[in-house]
Amino acid sequence: MEAGQATAGRLSRRMPAWLVGLLPLLLLGAAIGLFVGLGEPGLERNGVPVEQVSVERTVLRPGEIELVVRNDGPDPVAIRQVLVNDAFVAFEQGAGEIERLRGDTITIEYPWIEGEAYAVALMTATGGTIDHAIDVAAETPEADVGFYGLMALVGLYVGLIPVAIGMLWLPWVRAIDPRWVQFLLALTLGLLAFLGVDALLEGTEIAGTGAEALGGASLVFLGAGVAYFGLAGVDGWLRGRESRTAGGGIGTGQSRRETHAAGTGSGAGLDAHAAASAGPWRLALLVALGIGLHNLGEGLAIGSAYAVGSLALGAALIVGFALHNTTEGLAIVAPIADDAGTLPRRSLARFAGLGLLAGAPAILGTWIGASAYNPSLAALLFGFGAGAIAQVIVQIAPSVRDSAGRLLHPLVAAGVVSGLLLMYATGLLISL
Amino acid sequence: MSELSNHKLSRRKLLGSAAGTAAALPVLHELVPHQQVHDSLARAAGEGGHHGHGAGAGTADAAHRGAAHSGATGSVDPAVNGFDPHEILRDFDRGRVKREGGRTVREFEIVAEDREIEVAPGVKFAAWAYNGRIPGPTLRATEGERVRVKFVNASSHPHTMHFHGIHPARQDGVPQVPRGNVEPGGFFTYEFEAEPFGLHLYHCHSTPLADHIAKGLYGAFVIDPKRRRRPKADELVMVMNGFDTNFDRANEVYAVNTVAFAYHDKPVRVKRDELVRIYLVNILEFDLLNSFHVHANFFDWYPTGTKLEARDFTDTVILGQGERGILELRFPYTGKYMFHAHVSEFADLGWMGFFEVVD
Repeated sequence: MEAGQATAGRLSRRMPAWLVGLLPLLLLGAAIGLFVGLGEPGLERNGVPVEQVSVERTVLRPGEIELVVRNDGPDPVAIRQVLVNDAFVAFEQGAGEIERLRGDTITIEYPWIEGEAYAVALMTATGGTIDHAIDVAAETPEADVGFYGLMALVGLYVGLIPVAIGMLWLPWVRAIDPRWVQFLLALTLGLLAFLGVDALLEGTEIAGTGAEALGGASLVFLGAGVAYFGLAGVDGWLRGRESRTAGGGIGTGQSRRETHAAGTGSGAGLDAHAAASAGPWRLALLVALGIGLHNLGEGLAIGSAYAVGSLALGAALIVGFALHNTTEGLAIVAPIADDAGTLPRRSLARFAGLGLLAGAPAILGTWIGASAYNPSLAALLFGFGAGAIAQVIVQIAPSVRDSAGRLLHPLVAAGVVSGLLLMYATGLLISL
Repeated sequence: MSELSNHKLSRRKLLGSAAGTAAALPVLHELVPHQQVHDSLARAAGEGGHHGHGAGAGTADAAHRGAAHSGATGSVDPAVNGFDPHEILRDFDRGRVKREGGRTVREFEIVAEDREIEVAPGVKFAAWAYNGRIPGPTLRATEGERVRVKFVNASSHPHTMHFHGIHPARQDGVPQVPRGNVEPGGFFTYEFEAEPFGLHLYHCHSTPLADHIAKGLYGAFVIDPKRRRRPKADELVMVMNGFDTNFDRANEVYAVNTVAFAYHDKPVRVKRDELVRIYLVNILEFDLLNSFHVHANFFDWYPTGTKLEARDFTDTVILGQGERGILELRFPYTGKYMFHAHVSEFADLGWMGFFEVVD
């Protein structure tokens, strides 16, 4: 052992550390090269090719159906015929054979009729069929300036405006009894929990329609993980900045938290928790960011639904979304309820910034959803939303502790339950 | 489409499905304005019916039908399959003729093999075939003759040959009765009298029966009456079949003589005023009925061909599996006349063709 360590020691002294670290990778590369070079000895393809293709996007133009497909399986797939509603139809494709994970565009000439359903089957060289349903045929809008304008308007209606209106509850939450503020924070927790679970479920469901080979449902959790830990990092960075700009280091931040704690009527016992929790504006920023990521996913879903014509932008839907998302505005302002007086001139800009951060991603989402929809991307984005919300919940939770340090005291429990019910009830307005 | 009944769709589900999942949404269906026919459709119709079936399928350039035409895309090279549906049409195997003890014996040899067949352009089907073709050779004898068929099984599965006709049990080619299955590498000689006259068929009867038929082991068997059918005619064999290419117990491809749209892309050429006699057999598996319909003409119909008098004068007949009959018709005008299954779905899926009547 000692001799070995000595050798390793000598080796690392003679060679730079990065080269020593690279050595196993080089060996791996050489081994793979040898394996491939020798014609993959010992491995014979067993059985018939596995043909898996997922349809990622459907575009309907007058007299034409276009499918964007991706080879989702381990073997190349050759699409040789296309059937629409049990009839062979003429079509064109980019590639003769689609390699693993590669995409292709199938353009089908078909006199489809608006409002009717179509069953498309892609027939491969082996006679296998890949089925794809067009539930309601409607022309896919051309992605021109007018269309992006319309999508922006939709994003504005369902994202930005409701959130902004919801944030106008700020004067009210500042006027009410501090105990009610704590209740509102708990309500926010409930709202966020609902949205988080919702995003997870939605993401998982959408992932099921995408290419399994790209990760499927695991993309949702990947997105959630990235957003959760990414936001934790952002939070840490904000804390550092906050303490620096405050000049007095952590102590100042703490003292402000103490004021806050005293304001909520809790005792000195809260100080320790308060120190661990975020500053009010920072909390609000995190909530806005989490909700923004959530609204990005929501916009994406709306945009893609509108693009394929299966979403009627009726007044009921817009009103429903507006009511639903107004509660999100409340969630943003609840943390800054008793932060009155701090930075009065800059707070209006901050306030607007928070609204933009939470609502504007809905617009971006509708654009992406309507023009470049991809189920795997959507799943990832929904995962982002869920992860971000989980992080925000973790950040807000300490501020609702009572004097004894209990998290789930009756007031908080009531608030959380109210938040869940509020989301559920307003959600009913938009579940057609 | 079971989701059609699911009215309890959440907003999320709604949005998700919009992105192209399977859920059909009746509610949304209601919300979408029901424009009668899309503008494009009207436009397309105005362009000379490009979407009509076969409305532009040429004869010579059939292999390169433009995207504007219906039907399959591309064409099947007969060299790939080793047989051409156009040759099968007029190809009768009369066997080797011998005289034994004062009577005529016809000897045939049939080999069953596993073979990949291109049933639609670019689409391969792992078939079982008699003599490398689907349908197998059209065996032809005259009533009263002795028929001797040496059956060799070169396939990797047990098979038989079961003839429709009148014969002893041992010659019936069913696994349950000796001689029963012919194992891979084995052979058996079926021998029987050719009777009764008419249009019959033969097929494998090994179990599971549906699979052995659906995979392609069948062919037409013509027994001519002692006094030939008059007048002489341009005789064609049409075996109506189909292929379940994705193993869902339903056919994806329909055809006459195996290759989808073969006679659509390249019409069957016949002479004006000449009698055309079609030996029509339905062997289609999985579907209860098949049919034959000819445009702009009527035909005499001889079910099973066992009587010399026509039973009907019509333009459409319906046949169950194993049913067959003889059609006689003359085309009084030149031009292209479609024939197809009047089960329209089958027509769209390949069972559609043309007669091209020339002087």
